[in-house]
Amino acid sequence: MTDNPLKPQCEETYEEIWAYLDGELTEAKRAKIRTHLDECPPCEGAEHFEAELRLVISQRCRDEVPEALKLRIYEALRRAGGS
Amino acid sequence: MADQADFAEEAMPLMGSLYSGALRMTRNPADAEDLVQETYLKAYRAFGSFQEGTNLKAWLYRILTNTFINSYRAKKRRPDESDLDDVEDLYLYRRLGGLEAAETGRSAEDELLDHVTDTQVKEAIESLPEQFRVAVLLADVEGFSYKEIAEILDIPIGTVMSRLHRGRKGLQKRLFEYAVERGLVTVPENPEVVEHAG
Repeated sequence: MTDNPLKPQCEETYEEIWAYLDGELTEAKRAKIRTHLDECPPCEGAEHFEAELRLVISQRCRDEVPEALKLRIYEALRRAGGS
Repeated sequence: MADQADFAEEAMPLMGSLYSGALRMTRNPADAEDLVQETYLKAYRAFGSFQEGTNLKAWLYRILTNTFINSYRAKKRRPDESDLDDVEDLYLYRRLGGLEAAETGRSAEDELLDHVTDTQVKEAIESLPEQFRVAVLLADVEGFSYKEIAEILDIPIGTVMSRLHRGRKGLQKRLFEYAVERGLVTVPENPEVVEHAG
C-alpha cells in the first residue's frame, strides 16, 4: 500500500484531488492535474474512486421529512403571517 | 428584496435538504425537527432581507447553522467535540489497495462503494467532531462551494479548506474501518481480523 513508491506527480495529484473534484483549483493547476490523470492509470483510478465516493455520500445522506413536521411548519408560518 | 408571500413556495421544497442537514448536526430527530422549524420561522420573518436571485438554500443553511451553533450545540456539547487526531496519512483509496489493484474483477474499493449502507455513511459523518462534520456536510452532501461555505459559517476560505481536508480524512478513516469490519481488506498489524473475508 503506502510502501509502493510513487512519483512526485502522483503525490501532488493525491494532495490536490479533492480540490480538483471540488472545482476549486486555478485553471493552470487544474490543467496540470488533468494531464497527469490522463497519463497515470492508478491516479485516474483514485480520481474515479473519490468522485464515486462523493456521489455515494451525498446519495446516502438523505432523510425523508416527517409529514407531521411539514404540517407543523406550514401551521407556524400561517400563524406568523397573521392569517 | 423578496416578498414574504412567496416564501413557502420557494423554501418548502428545500426542507428535505435542511432536515437531513439538521439530523447530521444534532444527531437527534426531535432536535432536528425543532431546529428546522425554528429555521423556517426565522427565515420567514427575515425573508425581506433575502436578495432575489441569490442562493436560497445557502441563505437558509446560514440560518440553520447559526441557530444550531447558538441554541443546540451549547446544550449538547460532547467531550469529544473539539478535534480530529490521527488522520494525517489516511487516504481511503490507498488504504484499500487501489493503487496496486491491477487485477481484474471486484476490488475492495468497488465493494465498499456498492455495499456501504445509508446508516454507515450517516454514522461516519456524525462521528466527526462538529466543525469538521458541518464542513463535510455542506461540501459533500449539499454541494456548496468553498466561498458559499465560508459565507454560511462566517469563516475564512482557508479555514473552510483545512476543516474540509481534515474532515474528509476523518470520514475516510471511519469508512476504512467499515471496510475492515466487512472483511474487504486485511490490516497488516492484525491479519486475523479478516479471516472470514468474502
